[in-house]
Amino acid sequence: MLDLLTGFVAELRAAGIPVSLTEHLDAAETLKHVPLEDREAIKYTLGASLVKSSTHWPAYETAFEIYFSMRGPAYRIDGEDADGEGPESEDEGSAQPGQGGRQGKGRGGGGGEGMTPEELADMLFKALLSANPAMVQAVARQAVDRYAGMEAGRPVGGTYYLYRTLRNLDLDKVMDRLVDQARRSASSHIEEGTQEPTPPDVALTGLEERLLRDEYQSRIDQLRKEIEAEIRRRLVADRGSEALAKSIRKPLPEDIDVMHATRDELVALRKSLAPLSRKLAVRLARKRRHGRKGPLDFRSTMRHALSTGGVPMDPKFRYPRPSKPEIIVIADISGSVASFARFTLHLVHAISSQFSKVRSFVFIDGIDEVTRFFEGVDDPAEAVHRINTEADVVWVDGHSDYGHALTVFWERWGEEITPKTSILLLGDARNNYHSTGAWVVKEMKARARHVYWLNPEPRAYWDSGDSVVGEYANYCDEVVECRTLRQLERFVGELA
Amino acid sequence: MSQDSIPTERGDREITTGFPEAGEPRFESIDAVRTGLAGVDYLADDGISGVVYLADRLAKPVLVEGPAGTGKTELAKSVARLTGSRLIRLQCYEGLDESKALYEWNYKKQLLRIQADSGQSWQQLEDDIFSEEFLLTRPLLEAIKSTEPVVLLIDEVDRVELETEALLLEILSEYQVSIPELGTVRANQIPLVFLTSNNTRELSEALKRRCLYLHIDYPQMERERAIIETRVPGISQALADQIARIVRSIRSLDLKKAPSVSETLDWARTLVVLGVESIDAEQAKDTLNILLKYRSDIDRAAKELAGLDTSG
Repeated sequence: MLDLLTGFVAELRAAGIPVSLTEHLDAAETLKHVPLEDREAIKYTLGASLVKSSTHWPAYETAFEIYFSMRGPAYRIDGEDADGEGPESEDEGSAQPGQGGRQGKGRGGGGGEGMTPEELADMLFKALLSANPAMVQAVARQAVDRYAGMEAGRPVGGTYYLYRTLRNLDLDKVMDRLVDQARRSASSHIEEGTQEPTPPDVALTGLEERLLRDEYQSRIDQLRKEIEAEIRRRLVADRGSEALAKSIRKPLPEDIDVMHATRDELVALRKSLAPLSRKLAVRLARKRRHGRKGPLDFRSTMRHALSTGGVPMDPKFRYPRPSKPEIIVIADISGSVASFARFTLHLVHAISSQFSKVRSFVFIDGIDEVTRFFEGVDDPAEAVHRINTEADVVWVDGHSDYGHALTVFWERWGEEITPKTSILLLGDARNNYHSTGAWVVKEMKARARHVYWLNPEPRAYWDSGDSVVGEYANYCDEVVECRTLRQLERFVGELA
Repeated sequence: MSQDSIPTERGDREITTGFPEAGEPRFESIDAVRTGLAGVDYLADDGISGVVYLADRLAKPVLVEGPAGTGKTELAKSVARLTGSRLIRLQCYEGLDESKALYEWNYKKQLLRIQADSGQSWQQLEDDIFSEEFLLTRPLLEAIKSTEPVVLLIDEVDRVELETEALLLEILSEYQVSIPELGTVRANQIPLVFLTSNNTRELSEALKRRCLYLHIDYPQMERERAIIETRVPGISQALADQIARIVRSIRSLDLKKAPSVSETLDWARTLVVLGVESIDAEQAKDTLNILLKYRSDIDRAAKELAGLDTSG
């Protein structure tokens, strides 16, 4: 068990969760107190000492499922054949050596002795309608058997199998069917008086339909989770926990590469952006307030001394109020770097109280000022959304043209750059072989306080292909690689 | 101002009535925690009961994080009620310092003592005025000195400055407080410690390392329904069920501030008072302002609930 724990901790560290030695010791201590057969309890109690941030929990959970999967009661159910409907149950119970053979038989064998797709769909429908957990589990197992087409030893992650299974189940259609069914049973309710999950009513009102839909959605999510777990269990049995953990490791939200994030990851990113910017704002405000002490404030000291009979017991200091920088953000929002630009604009505006002024410009091959979208809006996310739809950034063909965008910027707004201004240029500098307009950056540098370039591409790709970031770099104070939220946060924190 | 010079040579003198014992475990098993908490109307899930059980066994503090209004403070209160301990609460705020959290010398009394009797030698007097008699205990020291069982709640620990966090470290890991003039005060018994945080800033690694971590999120629908049923007297099952479902739907929307458990309970109470048996869209719309606190959120939820876009 201790070996297993050590391996588990190593995996967590590899996934980016910081686990200290004392936490490891605590976890080992934990195992002494918690009954080992209670898997859920172990999961939560181990988590309590190993994971110290809620954003790390999904990564922890994934790793846990892999490392402790074979010991869980969920796995034993396979062997016991909960519903008597799984013809493959003997194979599964004795873990997966049999799986290779079964796959060898091909889809005909596996599917033939199982249920027909119609039967499976029907069972799925019933399982979701009744929300019976054992049944949902059985369906998940069947579906994986039938559709995933898993092959032993194939080095792909679970997502591939998951996708195959889900595509065949066509959950959207099932959803519609469920809602339909509910509608029908609601209208026939008066005559029959059947069992119905919703409060009885003549017809479904909008509210009720909405609630039902959410109810089914949550059941479907449950099923999806079951399927995912099922696939994972089989993969573990096939390839061993360590190999698998490596291939399906989930990055922490702050480490996700913004440019290549999947849709789910983008959602996670968006979620973690709000608390992140809040934290950053609090930290910066604090830094400003509790900065180094200034000179003695004689007046204030004497005034306070009155309460101690004129003896100055408590010297008061004048706190310095460093001037806040003015920020101009110029962001490329062409397809390749759009999400990165969005996050940066969001973050900068979320902490705009830390700057005396923030102005934002976006460009593809034309350039437009978008500061107005952020004015009087509480939620930067909303403004960022409007930018995408309303900003006028296309000049000719909608391919990035840094040269033209920068030149136009210089002609129209160049005058407004002052020595207090810091300029942030965002983009991958992939210029489609147009002229670079690097002289603009040079002029900017001469007039502004700082010019920074944030590049969401990994450093190794800079200056490859049509990337011309090197030319701009000559005139920038710094070119920063900014691929993840963590890097972005650090940069913005130093800026203010 | 003699206390400015710290008499280090006396710092190691221990004044304590006994070494902190590991103590009797308070709970038999994880299930015992859960049923116990349910007995005092707090419905814990696997995570919560597991961590509380472990906190007792390992004698470690628990750091509870989660959105506002999910029952973080309530957990500490309920555990106190369950174990029959006294709840000592330290509300954190910006600017909290040693003299408010740990201890303070009672200057006025010390001054009186000096004036009352000037015949003593300096050494005697110094010994005298830096004794426990002149110590004003603040929550943390109080929790440690108490002889009866105690649950210590350090509320909203993320509000104090990073530097002030350091004050807590000694008490959290060693259950002792060092007072330079007096020596080290050790705990008579090991209190159960809960720290809550609303996650407005990242807590320091040092603090996190010393604690067990518990994240309390919005409850699952079934649990929420059970919570409503236990906490709102006189509510019908059907109504509780409906409320829980509506709240779940609302939480799934993209809102500025999702409704918390406490707001859900408020809403349930309101509906009971209004004598509502089953909610329809109209009533839901009229009372949404109890559940949601932003104008835009209310509009949004009202629109969704009225079923304008159920096709989506």
